[in-house]
Amino acid sequence: MDLAGLPPEYPLGLAAALFAIGAFGVVFRRSVIVVLMCIELMLNAVNITFVAFGRELGDMAGQVMVFFVMTVAAAEVAVGLAILLVAFSRRKTLDGDEFASLRG
Amino acid sequence: MPEVQTDILRWIVLLPLAGVVLNVAAAVTDRGKLARLIGPASILSAFVLAVIAVAQLAALPSGAALVDDVYRWIDAGKLSVDLTFRVDALTAMMLLIITGIGSLIHIYSLGYMDHENDVARFFAYMNLFVASMLVLVLADSLVLLFVGWEGVGACSYLLIGFWYTEPANVDAGQKAMIANRLGDAAFLIGMFVLFWGMADLGLPSLKIGVINIAAPLLAAQSPWLPTLVCLLLLVGATGKSAQIPLYIWLPDAMAGPTPVSALIHAATMVTAGVYMMARLSFLYVQTPVALEIVALIGAATCFFAATIALVQDDLKKVLAYSTVSQIGYMVLGIGVGAFSAGLFHLLTHAFFKALLFLAAGAVMHAMHGEIRMSKLGGLAKKMPITSKAFFIGSLAIAGVPGLSAFFSKDMVLEAAFVGGHHLAWLLALVAAGFTAFYIFRSYFLTFHTEERGDPEKMAHLHEMPAVMTVPLMILALGAIGIGWLGLPGGLLWGDALGGWLAPVLAKVPGHHGHPSTATMLGLMGITTAMALSGIGVAWLFYIRSPELPDRLASRCAGLHRTLLNKYWIDEIYDALVVRPYAAWSRFAWRVIDSTIIDGTINGLATSVSFSAALWRRLQSGDVQHYALATLAGAALLVGGAWALAAGF
Repeated sequence: MDLAGLPPEYPLGLAAALFAIGAFGVVFRRSVIVVLMCIELMLNAVNITFVAFGRELGDMAGQVMVFFVMTVAAAEVAVGLAILLVAFSRRKTLDGDEFASLRG
Repeated sequence: MPEVQTDILRWIVLLPLAGVVLNVAAAVTDRGKLARLIGPASILSAFVLAVIAVAQLAALPSGAALVDDVYRWIDAGKLSVDLTFRVDALTAMMLLIITGIGSLIHIYSLGYMDHENDVARFFAYMNLFVASMLVLVLADSLVLLFVGWEGVGACSYLLIGFWYTEPANVDAGQKAMIANRLGDAAFLIGMFVLFWGMADLGLPSLKIGVINIAAPLLAAQSPWLPTLVCLLLLVGATGKSAQIPLYIWLPDAMAGPTPVSALIHAATMVTAGVYMMARLSFLYVQTPVALEIVALIGAATCFFAATIALVQDDLKKVLAYSTVSQIGYMVLGIGVGAFSAGLFHLLTHAFFKALLFLAAGAVMHAMHGEIRMSKLGGLAKKMPITSKAFFIGSLAIAGVPGLSAFFSKDMVLEAAFVGGHHLAWLLALVAAGFTAFYIFRSYFLTFHTEERGDPEKMAHLHEMPAVMTVPLMILALGAIGIGWLGLPGGLLWGDALGGWLAPVLAKVPGHHGHPSTATMLGLMGITTAMALSGIGVAWLFYIRSPELPDRLASRCAGLHRTLLNKYWIDEIYDALVVRPYAAWSRFAWRVIDSTIIDGTINGLATSVSFSAALWRRLQSGDVQHYALATLAGAALLVGGAWALAAGF
């Protein structure tokens, strides 16, 4: 497939849609696992944006940045899932609303 | 005037101070025996050093001084003060009184405080008292003098309230502290004004020698300045030396152990004001107005306190008012410009008043704290030595010819009369008669007349141990003999003390010299007649016909009540000063402090906690809320930036 003539609005639009879906999920879904997955969604939306702008501007820095994001995301998932495991074994639930011991 | 450097003077102060340190250590480790040794020993050794120093001074030509420069103490701007001790003729006399009589009182205390378990604390305070007084008289500048001045004030507070479990004693201590505080404030202000004047002269110094030399210049530069300074210092002196209007603390000061009263009344403290004014005699003679006021205050106090002493039932209270009255004579002497006469009375008074107080203390000790004369009487048989000691003290204070106060009181009265202060002279003369009456009234009621004491206490009555009676005997000898240091009219060696003090005291300009022999003898005759009739009336009232006093008291009931209640001065001060002050303090506490200041602070705290209660609701603890907030914030930022970039 030749993507040479692909206008930048397409990938950017896709990224915006993904980011919005992810953000909606982070804010409104109750299951903590889904929230974690939605964060991944947002990160990847940003990745697409990076790549799109990198290509548009002819700058490799955008693609380099994506690798960083992927690495960090992998670490984040590892830590996040570990926290979730511990939290689940303590509270026997994955409902995000239950984790509110910092309520003022 | 030649000045000889010596290192000995600092030790006169340091030895009692070392006694304080050791006694505090003894008090902390509860070693009463050690304190009994150190307390008197430190003062005795200071006495020995004082004798050596005075002997050295006596070997020097007249007007010389011993000087001990310890170090530069204050160096601030124009003002520099050296920690320097100086002994001249006047200081020499004070040194011997303070350490000599102080030693006797300390030795006596060994017996008096025998059954006290707090004796180390007692001796620590006593030593500090003597050390402060020594600083006061040894100081060569007003600043250092003020250190001793405050020191004796603090020690009197500590000692008057020595038995601090009794609230009345604590109150008496506080009264002494507050009355002295008022005087001290005036003293300080006087010192500031004086320094200001001295700095204007280009002599920024508070050295006593410099002040005395510069006094005429000060007066020439601004005539009001010496008057103002002298009056302010006089207020300070009325506090320390218990004169009108600040004498009120002294009669209450007997709340402390009796040796303390002896120390305050005889050797230290109350002599401070008289000493200070004599020390600054060259400044005082520059201002006749201030001197006149000093004389009037002295005479008025002398008379007024004597009248109160006439009717008091408490033996120590009689002696306390007697001290106020006798210091009145000293102040009168200063005021009429007869500085050496005032100091002479200070010297004789130190002996007979210490004697009287220690004898009264022996009575109190023997009677287990009973000191009301209505509950005493007939003690002479059981306590012969004490009785004789009190008798000698009474003769001395009454001014019976040949004993000490005869010479000194007469010298003051003569100076007052010759100097033209006739009103003051008359007041002091009548007070002399009163003095003879009240002291013999006390003597008869305590040691003679029928026994009115508690029979159980009377049965156990016995003479005091030697440690208490020997000091009494020594003081009795002094009370008899010390007056011969100042003989009138050039008899034998004449006024030896006056000659000794002459180089360090000022002379009032235009002072008429010696009166004619006839005048002198006449005055002496009047004074003596006054004293003897006072004694006679006391004898008539309390030995010959004991029903007379009661008849007289009921005849003049109003006057008697007024005297008995000490003119209601304490009540008047209470109404005029204490109550308004307490009311103002209550206002300051309730309204200013509790309502305004606390209200502001508490209001601030309440509003903070109230708004915090509102804001804390933002913290739901739910991560998703925070995420939403973050998102909204980010959207706002981006949207805002976009809007700006788009040029809205």
